[in-house]
Amino acid sequence: MSRRPYEREITSEWIFRHPRYLRYMVREFSCLFIGGYALLMVVGLERLSQGPAAWQGFLQALQSPASIAFHLVALAFSVYHSVTWFNLTPKAIPLPFISAAHYAGWVAVSIAVLWLAGVV
Amino acid sequence: MAKSNKPLVWGPFAAGGTLTAFLTPALIALTLLAGFGQVPEGLSYERLHGFAAHWLAKVALVVVIGLSLWSAAHRLRITCYDLGVRADAAVAALVYAGALAGTGAAVLYLLRI
Repeated sequence: MSRRPYEREITSEWIFRHPRYLRYMVREFSCLFIGGYALLMVVGLERLSQGPAAWQGFLQALQSPASIAFHLVALAFSVYHSVTWFNLTPKAIPLPFISAAHYAGWVAVSIAVLWLAGVV
Repeated sequence: MAKSNKPLVWGPFAAGGTLTAFLTPALIALTLLAGFGQVPEGLSYERLHGFAAHWLAKVALVVVIGLSLWSAAHRLRITCYDLGVRADAAVAALVYAGALAGTGAAVLYLLRI
């Protein structure tokens, strides 16, 4: 005799039942763009390892409309990920000003990256 | 007590979520600038190749790419479940394997630099 536990059916229409659920899904969908950007970095490393001409080709490909569109959407999603992540930190680390400290760290890290890359 | 592999999966997710929250927007800004034709000095072949040639930079790049991919994979797995995909074991195997493959590829390319 087999045991047949009841499994409640789960569909995806619930995400439209409340704006809060939709915001949750937008936050979770940020993973596609953060993961996608990490894969873009892997491709970049491949081109870099193939020499100057291959790297130049990679930089050229970054100028395509598809690449620009991906970057703009990915930037928006990644900023949304940062904001939601830092807003949750008081739940993980219950210290005063912990969110503010993370936002300050985010600004510092971003400026450091841009500075190291010679942008600012 | 039953053993659980949850911390093994969740630990890199939390680490990756934190790392990407601090780092990813700035990194995207760099290649976006390159996309607009304003290639940052640090993305010139000589500068970036010199940077990636150092072992410490290789380690940093693997950590950033590996944790980004792992946390994205974990979130994608949870999202699939939320959207009603019940084959969690298959989804988990697929997304984690993808994250590991991407990280492995990054290691391979870095060793050639």
